[in-house]
Amino acid sequence: MNDGFKAFWAVLTVLAVIVVFWYAACIPMNIKGVLTEQERAGAEVQPPSAKDRRDMSEFGLVLNNSFAIPATWEQDRPRLPAPHQVAVEMWETTVQKKITSKRSLIYHGWVTLSATILGFVIGTGLGVLLAVGIVHSRVMDLSVMPWAIVSQTIPIIALAPMIIVVLYSVGIQGIIPKAVISAYLSFFPVVVGMVKGLRSPDAMQLDLLRTYSASRSQGFWKLRLPASMPYLFTSLKIGIAASLVGAIVGELPTGAVAGLGARLLAGSYYGQTVQIWSALFAAAILAACLVGLLGLVERKVLKRMGMAQ
Amino acid sequence: MILVLFAIVVWVLGWWLNSRLASGPYADTRIVRFLAPFIFGVTIIVIWELLVRGLDVSLVILPAPSVIAVRFANSLPILWEDFVQTIIKGAFSGYIIGCFAAFLMAIAVDRWDFLRLGLLPVGNFVAALPIVGTAPILVMWFGFDWHSKAAVVVVMVFFPMLVNTVAGLREATAMQRDLMETYAATYWQSFLKLRLPAAMPFIFNGLKISTTLALIGAIVAEFFGSPTLGMGFRISTSVGQLSLDMVWAEIVVAALAGTAFYGLVAMIEKAVTFWHPSQRG
Repeated sequence: MNDGFKAFWAVLTVLAVIVVFWYAACIPMNIKGVLTEQERAGAEVQPPSAKDRRDMSEFGLVLNNSFAIPATWEQDRPRLPAPHQVAVEMWETTVQKKITSKRSLIYHGWVTLSATILGFVIGTGLGVLLAVGIVHSRVMDLSVMPWAIVSQTIPIIALAPMIIVVLYSVGIQGIIPKAVISAYLSFFPVVVGMVKGLRSPDAMQLDLLRTYSASRSQGFWKLRLPASMPYLFTSLKIGIAASLVGAIVGELPTGAVAGLGARLLAGSYYGQTVQIWSALFAAAILAACLVGLLGLVERKVLKRMGMAQ
Repeated sequence: MILVLFAIVVWVLGWWLNSRLASGPYADTRIVRFLAPFIFGVTIIVIWELLVRGLDVSLVILPAPSVIAVRFANSLPILWEDFVQTIIKGAFSGYIIGCFAAFLMAIAVDRWDFLRLGLLPVGNFVAALPIVGTAPILVMWFGFDWHSKAAVVVVMVFFPMLVNTVAGLREATAMQRDLMETYAATYWQSFLKLRLPAAMPFIFNGLKISTTLALIGAIVAEFFGSPTLGMGFRISTSVGQLSLDMVWAEIVVAALAGTAFYGLVAMIEKAVTFWHPSQRG
């Protein structure tokens, strides 16, 4: 318990340092924009000419105009929004907006989440099926498995824009194209992990089943499948994170109107940095929840199966 | 229709050939291990070609492999420019900076227990996040050119590399550390002669994961803004112009670059960790 307590404080300290550092970083990042605004508002700014300011370093400007420091945390469109600005934006767009509103982060999050989950389920299902095929068929193992491994080294996400446009030209749009991208991104990690898992029983255990004169399918259901669970969950966690990235990237190329990726893109078009950061944090929280949820299921399942340490 | 029938024949033929190879006496030789996936790949490409021609699939849906190959051969200069912009300038420089920074950070984390307790959970958490989302912010800060892509890559590779290196640096057993102690080795001596070599398999694992992440980061970051060259830029504009053969040509480049990059790191790994059981095989 003492160790856990120490770790808790350590994490808290690191987070506090990050927040302090973040606030500090806002000052030099935003100072130029702030000074321009302040000058327009009639304040005395050192040096007075905008041209001189452009050539000066940010730190020099901060030293000369220390009065402007608080304003760097309150800008409308800062280069780096302060943590509380992001927090306020997130609060306003989640709790204070109706869920159906186009400006609600929950609405956008749901659009992305539904595509992620649909794609993840499809990708995982197909991945497990292929893994079973690979383990049971020598031909598939020899001919397909190397490609599944190679696919891990390729940035297959580059296919995303094309998939969106091609499916659109066939008349399919909405959630399906994004789910397709999510599916193929989660597919390969699941295949590779599941094959490893289904092969994890050692020769001794396989021999034992043979002495029981177990059939192939019995061997699969009673030994291989249970033994593969830890591997499956590890690759599921990788897969869901990949699915989310796929859904977000899938929203970029067509200029989709809804979803976290669309929020990111719209924010970067219109310089709405606070919006970008809050979409980013929403995506991070979503990813953390999904991975955490799978981790919870993993612990429960492995415990029931007597495999948890 | 004949072409479609022909495609089915090719499929059956390829499958028959591979099952003969797999159940034949040479199934475990290296040649078959190379030949079987090769035959599978060739079969797929031939079927793709035959089906696209046989069913008259429109160019804006799926171009035939031959069309892609012609486009690839005809636009080598453009592809090379994009490759240099995205892979060499963006991904590669970011990869080196990010991995090196993570390595230094890992040494610090390993040295001070407090940092390990505090920073590692945060690092583990961040490693699972959709970091490509930082791309619009970094593009805004560092401009449209490759610097912003390198920055995205740095952020993407940093945490997986950090987590792996820290795990590796703890790999040396207590017994081995004690031995170094009895030699009166200093911290850095035991670091260089025991812990760093012991960590190499983990470090290379991180380096290998990072190769793919680096390419993903560099390509996706270009969707948020880039000069008028680069693989991500070419892909998104060619998609817009419905010239899918160009998109596929870029994807071929990305695939080749990805495997080559990974292969390079794996080769270095083989040379460095020749002593490890996984490499002796």
